[in-house]
Amino acid sequence: MKVHAAIVGSGNIGTDLLMKALRSPWLVPRWMVGIEPGSEGLARARELGVKTTHDGVDGLLPHLEADEIRVAFDATSAYAHAENSRKLTERGVRVVDLTPAAIGPYCVPPVNLEQHLDGRAMNLNMVTCGGQATIPMVAAVSRVQPVEYAEIVATVASKSAGPGTRNNIDEFTRTTARGVEVVGGARKGKAIIILNPAEPPLIMRDTIHCLTEGEPDKDKIRDSVERMVEAVQKYVPGYALKNGPVFDGRRVSMFMEVAGLGDYLPKYAGNLDIMTAAALSIGERLAQHLQGAAR
Amino acid sequence: MKLRGKRVLLHEMSLRDGMHPKRHQITLDQMVAIATALDEAGVPLIEVTHGDGLGGASINYGFPAHSDREYLEAVCPKMKRARISALLLPGIGTVDELRMAVDCGVGCIRVATHSTEADVSRQHIGLSRKLGVDTVGFLMMAHMIAPAALLEQAKLMESYGAQTVYVTDSAGYMLPDDVSARVALLRAELSTDTQVGFHGHHNLAMGIANSLAAIEAGAYRIDGSCAGLGAGAGNTPLEVFVAVLNRLGVEHGVDLYKISDAAEDLVVPLMDQPVRIDRDALILGYAGVYSSFLLFAQRAAEKYGLSSRDILVELGRRKTVGGQEDMIEDVALDMVKARQG
Repeated sequence: MKVHAAIVGSGNIGTDLLMKALRSPWLVPRWMVGIEPGSEGLARARELGVKTTHDGVDGLLPHLEADEIRVAFDATSAYAHAENSRKLTERGVRVVDLTPAAIGPYCVPPVNLEQHLDGRAMNLNMVTCGGQATIPMVAAVSRVQPVEYAEIVATVASKSAGPGTRNNIDEFTRTTARGVEVVGGARKGKAIIILNPAEPPLIMRDTIHCLTEGEPDKDKIRDSVERMVEAVQKYVPGYALKNGPVFDGRRVSMFMEVAGLGDYLPKYAGNLDIMTAAALSIGERLAQHLQGAAR
Repeated sequence: MKLRGKRVLLHEMSLRDGMHPKRHQITLDQMVAIATALDEAGVPLIEVTHGDGLGGASINYGFPAHSDREYLEAVCPKMKRARISALLLPGIGTVDELRMAVDCGVGCIRVATHSTEADVSRQHIGLSRKLGVDTVGFLMMAHMIAPAALLEQAKLMESYGAQTVYVTDSAGYMLPDDVSARVALLRAELSTDTQVGFHGHHNLAMGIANSLAAIEAGAYRIDGSCAGLGAGAGNTPLEVFVAVLNRLGVEHGVDLYKISDAAEDLVVPLMDQPVRIDRDALILGYAGVYSSFLLFAQRAAEKYGLSSRDILVELGRRKTVGGQEDMIEDVALDMVKARQG
């Protein structure tokens, strides 16, 4: 039996997540929640056999028990998320937060998802797209030896950066830097984001620089990085180490490219795809855990 | 060229753009000495920040000798007439650093975005205005888009509260007609209360010519740098520009002898290498590549046994924009792989 899920937010991200979730062996998306009656995303969801409401989370709440919704993904906005999350978690629904609200702890699946299965945190936050793409690499180095400082540069196609990111780009830099520290394990983190308008749009690029404490253990770091890339590739097949790790004194640098699956969002928008793919992987792991607990 | 009687506001760049050729290692004493001399020469606006703006201290762009705060706290209190400005690139620096700079006594904030991405500057331009400081929008790599498209972006910055919008030739690619077309359109279509500025790089030796074209087309603010100290082949050499403006009868309020003494006695001696149009700086201007990539490309070329010119051309081909310094080593590594087959 698959665990039933709801997707809150019927925009591009919600729609891409829906298409991924429909293929899931662990989850079945039963509801899609929007706020516009004429929403294209809701219409598409109905075509795909998913129930919809345009009354926001309030339109979903009466159906939680009957439709056995155990997991919800929120792809709305930081502004709307707090209320959505409160309403869902108090009814026992585990919430995966794709907005920048960060009410719950940051979760980057291959790094710390296992710590968050038990439900002490009913809400898990996805950090940022840049965080999902780079924090695994920081963690790959910091699990070998202490990282004094880590810095990430995320370059995304202009077309893949929506108004939410653009109106509050500081939120990206601050939240990502914090995630690099809290989840990545760097003592100090810094994040930089660049928007590039080239046509055809460039595939998301991410550079990760770490300064290790003491000389980097090259062999162990190479091995750890390789294993971490494979772990991310399980849910983002287009996650690729283009160059590196480069060692230069205490500096360790990795150059990544992140291509999306092109489900609903274009392939170049690896920054958005890695969010929906990571969110789904969290949801699937929660589903496995919930089923295990039920047995 | 009939410019007689026009007035311009000159903005000095050696302590910010000049941080690039200095690898951000200008000392506090050098900063204070140069800023004091510029103030004494009557330069009305002086920019003091990491080369990549507030918060630029990083592996990607280089760690500076001192923090932005240390530089600003050293320089701001010493100014008798000049106002100090700080640059901020959203995505690199944040509003926290903007507040810090204003607390230090900065009187002008310049918020810089790539020429197509003005809408990332809303929160920073808005805050700068709210804090009551002179607020400038700075559209970088302006050669990459057509004048009409640039105008749309300028209007966005104006709508967020920018009191001046710059046409910024970050690659030193533009020729005078390119500058005229952009500045003239902005001047004609922006509010009459909004000033237009021009920031040049000297990679094709067009710094002076382009700045004159900008004034003729209606620009009021012009950036330049003592002895040209700036990224690539440097900025418009300000002491030379002052002399030219004197000949043309343009009012600017800067003392030619004093600024040329500052250039010769203070700025030239601190150069680690001559800031000139070497073959790599020439390629920046020729291929339209962000000027601060110069030293990074030269270092990568040396490290990996490659031609810095080839690296720069490849960066241009990949349509890199300002801030993508991380792509330089990446491109070099790709070239090494290609060489090894």
